[in-house]
Amino acid sequence: MTRVVVVTSGKGGVGKTTTSAAFSSGLALRGFKTAVIDFDVGLRNLDLIMGCERRVVYDLINVINGEAKLTQALIKDKHCDNLFVLPASQTRDKDALTEEGVEKVLKELEHLGFDYVVCDSPAGIERGAVLALTFADEAIITTNPEVSSVRDSDRILGILQSKSRRAANGSDPIKEHLLVTRYSPKRVEDGEMLSYKDVQELLRVPLIGVIPESESVLQASNQGTPAIHLKGSDVSEAYTDVVARFLGETRDLRFVNYEKPGLIKRLFGGK
Amino acid sequence: MSFLARLFGEKKKTAEIAKNRLSLLIAHERSGAAAKADFLPALQRELIEVISKYVSVNAEDIKVHLDKQDNYEVLEVNIVLPEQTR
Repeated sequence: MTRVVVVTSGKGGVGKTTTSAAFSSGLALRGFKTAVIDFDVGLRNLDLIMGCERRVVYDLINVINGEAKLTQALIKDKHCDNLFVLPASQTRDKDALTEEGVEKVLKELEHLGFDYVVCDSPAGIERGAVLALTFADEAIITTNPEVSSVRDSDRILGILQSKSRRAANGSDPIKEHLLVTRYSPKRVEDGEMLSYKDVQELLRVPLIGVIPESESVLQASNQGTPAIHLKGSDVSEAYTDVVARFLGETRDLRFVNYEKPGLIKRLFGGK
Repeated sequence: MSFLARLFGEKKKTAEIAKNRLSLLIAHERSGAAAKADFLPALQRELIEVISKYVSVNAEDIKVHLDKQDNYEVLEVNIVLPEQTR
């Protein structure tokens, strides 16, 4: 059985695509045959984050319209042999994305033996965002510790619970996971930022991880390398933990407590 | 929070303000109070239909308004009947 996981948030710029890239790579690194689909028709970016923008020939809409075979459109990832990227269309109108079309593509991915399909949702609550979550079995709600992001996440939770296929046919609800991103333990300690506990208390969704605010995310996107591959960085470790927890392992939360820099660190700088 | 700030009575932390604002807002939005107001246009339409059976009124003669005060809501329906001309 293929599991469909949507990475969603409502608000833009909170780290959906960064998370989709890192999370799908993490699943592939753990040996699962994984596909990651960009649902942001007209504003595709997953290809850039995954570093495969120059290899895009066909896209999701081409497959839906029958202009290309799914196997022609899937781009093999440069880091993982068992990871494939399905880019969004850059030129087509959003209306080209249909529920039947998406369902057909997901069914075909299942026939191809994929273990996981990660759907990178566009921002907002319109067609693309709704279709990205329609067929989901699990959802990663990406949230920044910031008022507008928390509110929009709550809105998306309502949509998951009302508009998804699982909600429509009354089967088990989508399994929801809260991922707090761009987290700054120091600002939380100073009372300037909502803590992950606050966010979780507000949204009432089980926490799957906390990704610290980090310079490595920009470094990763500059190179078109999913952040999970930046060995030794806190972001890479945090995403690795998220994948492990998703697969049912227990991992303590890391990078959530602020450690005051010691004297030597303060004198000589460094991280 | 610096030592001086602590000494002279600290201001409320902004994260706390954010949390309080959000918990009120989310509770309100989850209760569906925001969604409930969606029925207003339909209500207005149906009221016109019913009233039109007895008196001739125009759509703009019926005003439906939902007001929220603390923890109760007031539904105000204002119908202006046309002057009787004989």
